[in-house]
Order: sequence, then structure tokens, then C-alpha cells
Amino acid sequence: MKTLVYTSFLGIACLVAEVLNLRKFILPLCVLGLAVIFGLNVPDLIQLQSKSLAPASFYNGMVVVDGFSVAFSALLIVFAILLLLLSGDFYRKEEDKISDYMSITIFTLCGALALVSFGNMAMFFLGIEVLSISLYVLAGSNKRSVRSNEAGMKYFLMGSFASGLLLFGIALVYGETASFDLNGIAEYIANVQGPLSPMLYVGIALILVALLFKVSAVPFHFWAPDVYEGSPTLTTAMMATLAKVAAFAAFYRLFATCFIPSFPAFAWTLTAVAAATITLGNLTALVQDSFKRMMAFSGVSHAGYLLIGIMCLYGHTDAAIFYYSLAYGVASLSAFAIAILVAKATGSEKFEAFNGLGKKSPLLAGALTLSMLSLAGIPPFAGFFGKYYIFSEAFRTGHLGITVVAVVNSIIGVYFYFKVILAMYTQDADDKPVQSNLAYSLVIGIAVVISLIAGLFPSWFIGLLG
Amino acid sequence: MLLLLTLLLPLAGALLTLALGQNNARYVSLGFSLAALGTGLALIPLVNTAGMPAYDLPWISNPNIHFSIAADGLSYLMVLLTIALVPVIILSTFGRQMDNARSFYALILFMEFALIGVFVATDGFLYYIFWELALIPIYFISLFWGDGERQNRSKVVLKFFIYTLAGSLFMLLGFIYLYQFSGSFKLEDLYALNLPADVQRILFWAFFLAFAIKIPIVPFHTWQAETYKEAPTAGSMLLSGIMLKMGLYSLLRWLLPVLPIGTIANTPIVIALCIIGVVYGSIIAIRQDNIKRLIAYSSLAHVGLIAAGIFTLSEVGFSGAIVQMLAHGVNVIALFFCGEIIYRRTQTYDINKLGGIRSQAPRFASFFMIALFASVALPLTNGFIGEFMLLYSVYEYNTLLSIVAGSTIILGAVYSLRMFQRTMLGGATDVTEDFKEITIGEVAAFVPLVAAIIVFGVYPKPIIDIAQPAVKAILEAIAR
Repeated sequence: MKTLVYTSFLGIACLVAEVLNLRKFILPLCVLGLAVIFGLNVPDLIQLQSKSLAPASFYNGMVVVDGFSVAFSALLIVFAILLLLLSGDFYRKEEDKISDYMSITIFTLCGALALVSFGNMAMFFLGIEVLSISLYVLAGSNKRSVRSNEAGMKYFLMGSFASGLLLFGIALVYGETASFDLNGIAEYIANVQGPLSPMLYVGIALILVALLFKVSAVPFHFWAPDVYEGSPTLTTAMMATLAKVAAFAAFYRLFATCFIPSFPAFAWTLTAVAAATITLGNLTALVQDSFKRMMAFSGVSHAGYLLIGIMCLYGHTDAAIFYYSLAYGVASLSAFAIAILVAKATGSEKFEAFNGLGKKSPLLAGALTLSMLSLAGIPPFAGFFGKYYIFSEAFRTGHLGITVVAVVNSIIGVYFYFKVILAMYTQDADDKPVQSNLAYSLVIGIAVVISLIAGLFPSWFIGLLG
Repeated sequence: MLLLLTLLLPLAGALLTLALGQNNARYVSLGFSLAALGTGLALIPLVNTAGMPAYDLPWISNPNIHFSIAADGLSYLMVLLTIALVPVIILSTFGRQMDNARSFYALILFMEFALIGVFVATDGFLYYIFWELALIPIYFISLFWGDGERQNRSKVVLKFFIYTLAGSLFMLLGFIYLYQFSGSFKLEDLYALNLPADVQRILFWAFFLAFAIKIPIVPFHTWQAETYKEAPTAGSMLLSGIMLKMGLYSLLRWLLPVLPIGTIANTPIVIALCIIGVVYGSIIAIRQDNIKRLIAYSSLAHVGLIAAGIFTLSEVGFSGAIVQMLAHGVNVIALFFCGEIIYRRTQTYDINKLGGIRSQAPRFASFFMIALFASVALPLTNGFIGEFMLLYSVYEYNTLLSIVAGSTIILGAVYSLRMFQRTMLGGATDVTEDFKEITIGEVAAFVPLVAAIIVFGVYPKPIIDIAQPAVKAILEAIAR
């Protein structure tokens, strides 16, 4: 319940630490603080699972504490801890900015936490904005790089446009239902006699468009590759994991709580969007020669798989979405961490930069191989079970066609994920050694271990949501 | 305990091989593969009795997946094939210096683990995981230690990987679909399902695709010849000797009894495909100049006949298929080993460049001769019984088809003897001038193979006896 409050305080504490000239302690403070907040979530999670704690809402229904919000909060905090551990080294060059960077990261997390636990449209909008504004800043944070500036600007312009649509949509929904509270809206919609009014449909459609934009679904994905490539790699990693997962959780929460009765009207659109997202993301990823762009486009197609989870709302797919997010998130994080190390050693983010990594650093190459296998959905890694759960939900709710599209795309995906593996093991190495340090090794280790454990014992994680 | 031990020993061996360093790798891996063979052989008295160990532990609660393994006669014979051949395969690599030997041998043992897992799993999902798991080591073995040029090789093995993965993903969809109705992946629950005929007919193809690619049945075979050629010989042995038996075994275990109506409905098409494969493989094999490609296509012909026998859905077809699966495993490995020995001494697989080896190495030529005779299915070799039973089953199914399929024996003799003639007889060429006689180590790998060829050629009854209860059970499940 207090997760959001504590996290916000932690962000402010970062800024205060800068004033007190405690710059060196900011990173340990943040990591420790988040670890403690994570620890506070664990008992809640256990109690919610064993039903000894009932789901409840706080602050006039603004924040909801239930299995969904606590599990996703814990996941996002883990992502944030891993990202912070990576950032210590990544931002060493600009030490005077470290407190800004850390606090913005933590505020991003605040936005994400609000997005997984909102009970009110106002909180939902706040969450999206806090998350987005922090990311606009981070995307442009490499101020001497033109690409980074472009990324920040592009993301900001497109993102604020989407926020405008979102706000408009919320206003229309409010106009119809006279409530910002999710339960109020749900109650209104459930009690409507006869067909729903067009105004409500337009409102929902606008919200849908804004959310599809935030999760970079086709045809609203055009910002993603440029922004991903231009931003500093660590920010890219944050957008691909933390931000995307939070947006999907919000997507699910909003539509599952309020809008299920209106859903049949959007079924075809969403199916088409999901199919297009998976397919286009994959096909474009095929022809990339930059690792980062490949990850961006493959991230687009993963968003498509998650959209299948949203499409099958009737099946209560929250567990499947949670598991998929976890699998996708940890595999991406370790891949990005290794990409940062490689880019630091070779100065390039292209596939050729990975040439001969298998000889130069077998452990890193092994970890990247595992991550790629997991992203490609090869058993027994977590990515495989993620796909399994999504597919079986789709089957259960009768979405056969989209499942076949998704399967065909999983096969295509293997090709570009294996491009990295082939580069690492079959190409000759250059003489630029790739070195890891303690923080990076720790992050990569944790991510790989989670990936393996989640793959071997998926029911532990799938049951977390209660 | 013994069955579990047989499964886990190779896994432990893989880890230890990695841990104990480059120099010990080959001996550690050989030791572990022999240990697995020992525990496996110790199971013989228990086969087809109530004492045969089986394990069932709940593994994942949602979906409902059990770690359940068991071995009936059919599974046991497959396991026996695996654990008997892997030591031979490891022995066959001793003559070649491997870079990064510990990874190589660890991957072979890991592969053994996955293969045994496929054969003993009685939970569909567990089976699927082992099935996919077997793909990863063979991919890396072919990629790193292959024979061909590197750029081309990475393309070829990637094609192989994607091809087989594509098939198995459709199988996964099939399993997910079945799970909707059964609520469990356990074999007996899947056998108990009675799905409507039209569903079975479609679902049949989801499974068949996965198996047909692995076996391979024409027209899903295009990955095979190139992959065999590019992979290191040990990899080709694993692929052709054991891995493609996964597909054949799976037909018997996971397709026919689970979807009997779908199978019966599609039998005519499938048998036709199999027989086309038999003839096609044999004819293409005649035209090959590369030893490994020739073996690949002859293998295509042989497995086509095995699959045809399985789809006749008759007892003699099943028994013949099982006998021939074992025989083919032994024979193809013997042939690949001959190819490997030639390559070690001449650095080429090209038949045109070879000749006159028999005058330099008569002992090797005799071994080669025996392996070829077995492959041609000469009476008193292990290839004969199986091939005869299979052809008989096809004959009972349809006379015309059996005549077409029977041509494989003649064509087989043509390409095999042609290969023997052009490599072993005639005058020596510049690469075969100082062809060395086979070493003690190589003989050590040959002896068990030749012994198996002759012993089971003369007396195949034990195999048929062990398999029979399982064959009967499968037939009953189909006829339910």
C-alpha cells in the first residue's frame, strides 16, 4: 500500500543527497532503498496469495492493493534495481549528473507503480505522465549526441500527442459515466440497459489508441525504433522493460475492470492490431543490422504477444501477462547489459560488434545465448512458458487464427535472435577485450538465474497473482 | 531408481565433463556413457514386468505437468539404442583432435540425456521439453565442430534448427489443444480422449508435421542432406542414428494411439508420401558423389520404409519398424564411421577422388563391406529381418505399393555397391596412396557395431519379444 509513497520519498532523498554532497552514496542508497521496498511487498504478496489479506483500496480509491498490483510492483522494482545497478557504471563519465539520473529513474518507477495499482482514472493519467515525462528526459539525456536529442524530441512530441488523446478519452468516458473511479465506471457500464452510447465507445477508442501508442503497437509504433536507437542504451533498456510492462499492466487493469462489456466492438480491431504488431515487428527485426534496433523491433513483436493476452480478457489472463512480462523483461535486461559492455569495448552496436564474443568472453556469450534462446521461446527457458501461457489463453477463448500467426512468427523470430549467436560463435574475434565488472556480472547473473528458475518452475510465478 | 539413473547419468556426466577440463573430457564422457549403458542393461530383467521402475512427480501445477517417466518394451529398446550407440559415437571421435573438447563431449552427453528423456517421458509436456532440448546440443555440435566451410555451415544448421522448431511448435499447439479436453498431458489421459473425427483429422497434421520433419518424410526432408554433410561425423551419427528415431518412436507413442481416427483417415496420403520418399531417396543416392550425402539419402529411403510400415497399422508393421529402427541406427552409424575413417586419412568425402583403398587397408574394407551389406539388407544381417517385415506389412496393405517400395532393395544394392566399388576397388589415387590400416581404437568402435549387425541378423527374436507387449497395447489403443 505504501510502496508508491516510499518510492517517491526515495526519489526525493536522491535529490537531497546531492544537496548534502553525498553523491557517492546515492547509488547504494537507491538500491538498498528499493530492496527494502521490495522486501515490504513480499509479506503482502504472501498474505494476498493465502487469502489472509483481502484486496483493498486506499486514498479514496486511488490506489488498489490486490494480487495483481503487488505482484507487478514487485516485478517492476526488481527491474528498477537491475537497471540502477547497471547505471552506476554507465553514467560514470557524468558524475555530477548522477543524482538527477538516479532520481529520474526512481520517478519513472513511481509512474510505473501508479500504473499497476491505480483505482481511479486520475491516478492512471498521473502514472502515465510521470512515467512518460521521466522517459522524455532520459531519452534526451545524452545531450551532446544529436541522435539522443532527436530521440527525446520525437518521443516527447509523439508521446504528448498520445497523452492528449488519452485525456480526451477519459473526459468522454467521464461525460458518459460521471465517474473517474474504476469501480464506478464498471458499475455504470454493467447497469446500462440496451446498447452503450456512442460517446462511451469513442472515449474508449481514444484511450485504446493512446495505450496502443504507449506499448508501441502497430500502427502506432513508428516512434519506437528511432527513439530506442537514439537514446542511451540504458534508457532503451528501461523503455523496453519497465515502461512497456507497466503500460501493459495498466492496459489490462483498465480494460479488465471497466470495459469488458464494450469489448466485442473492438475485438476485430485488436486482433488485427495484435497480428500486425507481431508480424511487422518480426519482419522488420529480420533486416536490421544493429543489435539495438533488432531488440527494438523484436520488442514491438513481443508487445503483440502481450496484446493477445489483452484480447483474451475473458479468460483472466493477468497471470499469463505477468509471466510473459517477467520472462521478456529479464531476458531483455541481460541482453541489453551485455550489449552495453560490448558497445563499450568495440564502440559499435552492430551485430559485427559481437563477433567472436564466444572466444573473448565465454561466460558473457553463454549468458547472451541463454537470453536469446529465452526470447526466441525455446524450452526450458522462461520465454517458452510465457509463449505457452499466452497461446493456451488464446486457445481457451477461441482465438485460433491469431495463435497460428503467433506461432509462425515465433519461427521467424528464431532467425534474428540466432544472428547474434552465430556472430558470437562463428565469426573471428577482434582484439578488443570485453570486460565485465561486478555490478554488470551481478545483473546478468540475476537475470539469467531468474530466467532459468522461471522456466523450470513456472507455476511458482504464475501463482503469484493469487 | 535404475531408470532415473540411466536418464540422469548423462546429465551429470555432461556437467562433470565440462568441469574436469579439456584433457580428461573424452575419457570422462566415455566413462559416463558406459555407466549409463551399464544401468540401462541392468534393467533388462525388469522389462515388461511389473517391476519396471516408473516415476511420477508433480512438477508444474498450472498447467498440470508431471515429471513422469516409465519404460515399456518400446521405450526400453529406444533407450537401449541410445545408450549403446553413444559410447560408440564417443569412441569414434577419438581419432580426431577437437578444439574445446570438453564442450563437445559435454554436448554429446547432454544430447544423450535429452534423447533418453524423449523416449521415457510419459507426460506430453515433459516429452515436448525433452524433444526441444535435444535440438540445442545438436545445433551447437554441428555449428562449431562441423566439417564444411563455416559461412555455409551456419546457414545450413540454422535452416535445420528453424525447420525442426517450426514443426515442433505446431505439435505444441496440438498438445495445448488436447489439454483443453484432457486437463492433463499424461499419456493415459490423452489415450482416453475421444475427440470428434473432424478435429482428429486436422490435429493429426499438427503432430505429423513435427514428426515428418524430424524423420524426415518427403517433402519435409530438404534440411537433411546438407545438415548431415556439414555436421561433424559424430553429429551426423547422433542425428541419423538416434535423433530421427525420435520422430518414428513418436509416431507410435504420441500420434497413432492418441488420434486413431485422424490417423486412419490420413493413412493413404501418408503411406504414399513415405513410399515416394523410399524411391526418391534411393534414386538420388545413386547420383551422389559425397559419401555423407549418399548416406543421408539412403537413410531417407530406409526411414521412409519404416514410416510406411508404421502407418500400415499392423502388428507386423510395428514390429518390423522397431527392429528396423534399431538396425538402421547401428548400420548408419557404422557407415558414417567408415566415412569418417576415409576422411581422416584423405581429407575428402568425394567418391571421385577415392579408389583402391582395399589394397591398402583390407581390414577396413571388410568392415565397410559388412556395414554396406547390412544397409542393403542382405540376409543374416540385421537389416534383413526388419526390411522383410516392413515390406510384408506394406504388401498386406497394398500389393502395388509394396512392389514400388521393394525397388529400394535393388536400388540400395546399386548405390551401395557402386560406392564400395569406386572407393575400395580399382587403382589407388593420389589421396589414397598411403591409406593407413585402421587403428586399434577404430577397431574398438567397429567391433560392437559389427557384432550387433551379425547377432541381431541371425537372432532378432529378443527384440521382437521385448517389443511385443507394447506393440499389442498400441494396436489396442488404436482399435478402441
